[in-house]
Amino acid sequence: MEPWRKAPAVFVANLLPPAAWLGVFFVLPLSLLWLYSFGDKVGITGIDINWTLANYARAADPLYLGILIKSVWIAGAATLTCLMIGLPVALAISFAPRHVQPWLLLLIILPFWTNLLIRTYALIAVLRTNGHVNYVLEWLWSAGDGLLNLIGLGGYQILGTGFTPWSLLYNDAAVVTGLVYVHLPFMVLPLYAALYRLDRSLIEASLDLGAGHLRTFFYVIAPLVLPGIASGVIITFIPALGAYLTPDLLGGTDSQMIANVIERQFKAANDWPFGSALSFLLMYITFFGLAVRSLLAGRRGGGVSA
Amino acid sequence: MASQISQDTIIRIEGVSKKFGRLQAVDNVSMEIKRGEFFALVGPSGCGKTTLLRLLAGFETPDAGRILIEGRDMTGVTANHRPVNMLFQSYAIFPHMNVETNVSYGLKIARRPRDEIMARTEEALGLVKLSGYEKSHPDELSGGQRQRVALARALVMRPAVLLLDEPLSALDAKLREAMQLEMVHLQKTVGITFLIVTHDQSEALSMAGRIAVMHQGSVRQIAPPGELYEAPNCRFVADFIGKINLFEGTARPADQPGRVRVHTEKLGILELQGDAEGSVTLAVRPEKIIISHEPGGLEGQISLHGTVMDIAYFGGHSKLFIDIGAGQPLMAEITNSNRNGGPRVAPGDRVRCGWRAVDTLLLTE
Repeated sequence: MEPWRKAPAVFVANLLPPAAWLGVFFVLPLSLLWLYSFGDKVGITGIDINWTLANYARAADPLYLGILIKSVWIAGAATLTCLMIGLPVALAISFAPRHVQPWLLLLIILPFWTNLLIRTYALIAVLRTNGHVNYVLEWLWSAGDGLLNLIGLGGYQILGTGFTPWSLLYNDAAVVTGLVYVHLPFMVLPLYAALYRLDRSLIEASLDLGAGHLRTFFYVIAPLVLPGIASGVIITFIPALGAYLTPDLLGGTDSQMIANVIERQFKAANDWPFGSALSFLLMYITFFGLAVRSLLAGRRGGGVSA
Repeated sequence: MASQISQDTIIRIEGVSKKFGRLQAVDNVSMEIKRGEFFALVGPSGCGKTTLLRLLAGFETPDAGRILIEGRDMTGVTANHRPVNMLFQSYAIFPHMNVETNVSYGLKIARRPRDEIMARTEEALGLVKLSGYEKSHPDELSGGQRQRVALARALVMRPAVLLLDEPLSALDAKLREAMQLEMVHLQKTVGITFLIVTHDQSEALSMAGRIAVMHQGSVRQIAPPGELYEAPNCRFVADFIGKINLFEGTARPADQPGRVRVHTEKLGILELQGDAEGSVTLAVRPEKIIISHEPGGLEGQISLHGTVMDIAYFGGHSKLFIDIGAGQPLMAEITNSNRNGGPRVAPGDRVRCGWRAVDTLLLTE
C-alpha cells in the first residue's frame, strides 16, 4: 500500500469519481434517512429532527415486530429451500464436463435477463387457480379417476367427487416459492465457486479410503465448502429479507413482509421518520448477518471460500 | 478363474484399454504384478502410466479388458470397495482434519472398533516417523511431513497394493533421495506390494524391483532395473532409461550362425552376436567407452577417433562430448577417481574411444 504516497495525484484522480458517486448517491441519502429516523412528522412534508427514539420504540410494537419476525422466517425458509435445491445443482454443474459448465451457469443466470416484475407475473400465471400447475393436477386427477373407473373402483369416489383446484397463490408458501425462484442464482453461484476450487483429489482420497459418495459429501465436501455455503446463505438471505415485489404480488393480506410496511410508510402513510427507522432496523439485522458470516469465515481459515 | 492365477500374482491386467476422446491413453496393456513386489511404471508424460494407475484404483473404468486384484475381477467394483489405496501426487491431505483424524479416516469409515483404530493409527504414524504429530494441523507441516501423513493414511488400511502416483515429484532433490531409500525400507518392513508411477527413470531404477516402461499407451518392456539398463529390447527403452549413444545401420546374417554383420556409417562393418536383418540400431552406454590418448585399437574392441568438444563435470564423474565426424557427438563417461591427477582430457584433445564388442547393443525395433 505504499505506491499511492509516491503518486498522490494519480491516487486522488482515481479515487475521486467513485468516492463522489458513493457520497452523493449513497452516503448522503442514507445519512438523511438516518437523521429522519430520529425526527417527528410535522404537517404533510416537514420533518422535525429532535433526536426522539419514538420511531424505534414504535417498531417494537407487536404489530410491526410480528411482521419483522415473519419476514425473517419467510426469508429464512426461502434461503433454506434455496440451499436444498442449490447445493445439488451446484454439485451437478461442478462435476459436469469442463466445456459444458459455462453453458449450465448461463442457464442459471438466464432469468436475470428478464424483468423481475414480468417473472413474478409469469409465476402468477403458473400458480393461480386456473394456472398451469392446477391444469396438470386436474389432468392427473382425471387420469387417476378414469383409471379407477376402468378397474371398477369408480363408485367409491376415492379421489373425491370432483377436482378442487389447489390455492397456490396469495399465501406464505407462494411468497417463499417466489423468493426461491428469484434468489436461487444467488445461492448457486457462490456454492459453485467454492466447489470449483475444491481439490478433486480430496474427493478421490475419501473414496479411495472406503467412503461412499454420501459420506464423502458429509465428511469432506460439505466441511470444505462451508464458507461457500455461508456466503450463499447470507447473499440469499439479505435480499430475500428486504424483498418487496414478491410478497406484494404473490402474498396474501397476512403475508406482507417488512419491505411492504416500509414502502407504505413512505407512500400511503406519509410517515418518513418511521419508515426510516424501520429501514435502519432492517439494515442492522443485515449487518448482524454479515458479521456472523465474517466470524465463521475467520474461524475456518483452512476451507475453500467463495 | 482364480485357480488360473498363481498364488504370488496380486494384480493381473488383461488387455486393458482406455480412450479419452480421441486420445488412446492406455492401449491393450497386459501385465502381472507379484505379491510383495516394488513395481514401477515409468514413461514420459502422457504415456498412460497415471491412467493405468487410476484404472487400478477405480477412478477410471477401462473401455476394454479387465483388472484382477488378488484374483478378484474388479469390473464394476467402485474405488471405495477396492483392496488398494493410493498416495496422491498432491498428497490430498484433508485440510480440515488434524494428522490423527486424517490417518484414522479410512478405519472410521470401515467402522473398526475404537481401540483398534487408535492402535493402528499410532502404529502407522510410528512407521512414517510422525509420532508426536497427532494433533498437528496439515498447514503446520512441511511438504515432506505432509507426504508422510498421506503415506500413513494409506498404509493404515493395510491395502493389498499401495499405488503411488509420482510421490516424490514435489520434494527437493536432497529430500527426494532420502525419501527414495526410506520408501524402499518401508516397503520391506510392511511387506505391502508397492506400485509406483514416475516419469523419473533414475528414481525407478533405484527403487523398484521390476519396472515396466510405457510409451504411447502400451508397455514396451518389463524387466528388473539391471536388465532394463543393460539389455533394453528396443530403441525407445534404450534411449529412455539412462544415457546412450545410438548408431543407425543395416544388418545381414554373417557366415557363422547366430552372428550378424552390421554396417554403420561411423563404425564401419561389425560382426556381432545376434540375429537380425534390415535396418537396426547399435547402441553403447557412455560409461562403457574407454578414452585414451594412444592411437590404434585393442583386440576385440570397437574403436573410434574424435576430438573432445565439451566436458561436463559432475563431481564423481565427468561426461565427455566427442566429435566423431557427422551427426550427434559421442557421449562418454569418465570416473574422477584420482584427486590430484588433474584432468586426463581437455577440450580440443584428439582421443581414441574404444569399447568391447560385447558391450554393444543390437536393437531391431
